[in-house]
Amino acid sequence: MAVSAPAGPASRAARRRRRLPGSRTGYAYVLPFFAVFAAFSVYPWLDTLWVSLHDVRLTTYDQMSWIGLDNYKDLLTNKFFWNAFGNTLSIGIISTVPQLCLALGIAHLLNYKLRGRTFFRVAILMPYATSLAAATVIFLELFNPRLGLVNWALGLVHLPEIDWQGSKWPAQVAVSAIVTWRWTGYNALIYLAGMQAIDSSLYEAAAIDGAGRWAQFRHVTIPGLRPTILFTIVVSTIGAAQLFGEPLLYHNGIPDGGTQNQYQTLGLLMYQQGWANDRLGLASATAWSMFLIIVAAVGVNLWLARRRERRA
Amino acid sequence: MRRSSTSRLAAVLAAAGLVAVAGCGNSATVNEADQGAGSGPCGTTQKTTVTVGLFGTFGFKEAGLWDAYHKRCPNITIKEDDVEQSADYWTRLKTRLASGSGLDDVQGIEIGFVADVVQNHADQFVNWNKVPNAAADKAEFFDWKWQLASTPDGSKTVGLGTDIGPEAICYRKDLLDKAGLPSDPQTLASKWQTWPDFIDFGKQYEASSTKQAGSHFVDSAASVFSTAVYQGHEAYDDQQGNPDVQGSDGVQSAWKYATEAAQAHITSGLQQFSPTWNKAFSNGSFAVLACPTWMMGYIQSQAGDAGSGKWDIAPVLPGGATNWGGSWLGVPTAAQHKAAAIALVEWLSAKEQQVTMWEKGGHFPSNSQAAADPAVANAKSAYFSNAPVGQIFGDIANKMKIPPIGLYDTQIQQALTTQLTNVETKGTAPDKAWSDALDAIKQVTG
Repeated sequence: MAVSAPAGPASRAARRRRRLPGSRTGYAYVLPFFAVFAAFSVYPWLDTLWVSLHDVRLTTYDQMSWIGLDNYKDLLTNKFFWNAFGNTLSIGIISTVPQLCLALGIAHLLNYKLRGRTFFRVAILMPYATSLAAATVIFLELFNPRLGLVNWALGLVHLPEIDWQGSKWPAQVAVSAIVTWRWTGYNALIYLAGMQAIDSSLYEAAAIDGAGRWAQFRHVTIPGLRPTILFTIVVSTIGAAQLFGEPLLYHNGIPDGGTQNQYQTLGLLMYQQGWANDRLGLASATAWSMFLIIVAAVGVNLWLARRRERRA
Repeated sequence: MRRSSTSRLAAVLAAAGLVAVAGCGNSATVNEADQGAGSGPCGTTQKTTVTVGLFGTFGFKEAGLWDAYHKRCPNITIKEDDVEQSADYWTRLKTRLASGSGLDDVQGIEIGFVADVVQNHADQFVNWNKVPNAAADKAEFFDWKWQLASTPDGSKTVGLGTDIGPEAICYRKDLLDKAGLPSDPQTLASKWQTWPDFIDFGKQYEASSTKQAGSHFVDSAASVFSTAVYQGHEAYDDQQGNPDVQGSDGVQSAWKYATEAAQAHITSGLQQFSPTWNKAFSNGSFAVLACPTWMMGYIQSQAGDAGSGKWDIAPVLPGGATNWGGSWLGVPTAAQHKAAAIALVEWLSAKEQQVTMWEKGGHFPSNSQAAADPAVANAKSAYFSNAPVGQIFGDIANKMKIPPIGLYDTQIQQALTTQLTNVETKGTAPDKAWSDALDAIKQVTG
């Protein structure tokens, strides 16, 4: 093959070799990133795939037995997996949708000329800077069914008390509240940055055409922010798919997501399988399933966005 | 928590790796030549830092034993490597045993995972049967304590016992008085001989018109369950140590009593060791709870000085004497300062130090001679209305029967007690709760 190779590719290879020296320093600059990426992302990623094809326990990590796709088959019929999948989806929707709508509204308000604007801009970012554990502990107190502030307030207005921990939907709302509280400010700031990049002459032109505040928001701000909104949706989707710390701490650090797994997410299930139940192979299969689910979800997001763009 | 799952795993592995590297670097003050059974009472004459990996509250430092050891062996410095939760500690220990690095010179081993260490990692720990001093002291330990840390044939022993957890019943005298029920320990002991009697007494408490509003008789169905389960010939495993939940007499009867208690609403429905359960010690949400020796310290720390004199201990455990908890100390064969570590563990588990641990921290000795020592046997607790705690727990310790333990006891118990919480708080039917628990257990045993 090498002997009979036509001249074309050979000369192309020669050209490539000639071109390489000029960009060598460029490779040196990106090398540290790729070295770290290979060591801490690619390698664990492939290793997880390898482990997911074995029956292996954490305590006897040196004794792996090859079982092919059995772990994945197990997951397909595993009620804990599908329960976690459903919870991840519902908590994802309950937390992401209000979060992004709120963020958009807050960003819009902060875009006005306000007294103490910088103060408000810093203030909305405070939850993001708070430690997750501290925030969850506070929310746990607020939502405590017996002694919590939320039920106390409900009692004041003569509404029935709600079991914010034991009942499925209230518990999911409570977990979503923590997520929303933490991430709304962050997204608002990203929207604000996007808004300030919109040319102010567009607003002036719209005003001259007789557009009010709301019409300006709909026809100038939203279209101008479209790439930013897409970015936050993608990032929030990934974040929601991997939700872990909030539901873990919401049950005092027990990774079952409530006594009936009512808010166990996929991330939490993976942790429970691997570290509490000792089944690393199954946990790795869950990790890879999560990865595929996230890729699919982001793909759907992008496809929807592109279709809208084409229509617009 | 918005990192990818792969990078999270990477972070865990990286952290484990870094700790492992740090572990290698920090302890080698002097390169040791002596790695045998030890030279002298301290294992070495060179200046050495011994690292001790522990979880929760072992209490050696608090009892002044580190200082005492430093006086005895001025060349030895002890450095504790603590993890708060035993589950987290065990995960870390497993990771380190798998990688063979980052191990401390001494590692604490809890009853929840001793079976795993014995079955899967016995070769990675110093065999105390082959250490002359320790083997000579074997007869001093309670038989079962030595056996739980040994392979079935008894040839390998991975740890020397520290404390054990004989159980009695702790109760709030004032709450029983308020409910118009007897509150002196002897009467209660006669009324709480069996679980059905205990549950009947609980019903009387609930029926009382004068009981403290909102309070219940016992803290949780889990408390009844995890005590009664160890009173069977089997708990979670068969005689070979394989998981056997459905065929176990202990599980069957414990489940029956616990669901009975839950359905009679004599439990407060709190999850043990949760923040609300902790608060209940001071606000009086329940009147009694199953009480291994270490629980006395737990009650004192949660209820504080205000609880002093309100609590008492009944010299009884419904259904027969058994144990809850307890630990061992092991020395990994890969330890950097093996000889010094062996000397330290021998000293810590010796009779005199176990007596000190009881006097200073309420850790009941696993050394039977220490348990018989007057300083232990005659001890009274001022906090618990001057209850003769040494005698109460000593009697129970001598009568205890210990069923076989297995690899997944902790997870199996968690699955069952979680479902009991559902029966208590959500009115789940016991049969449904049982089958849900079996499903969860299947996830662990595979």
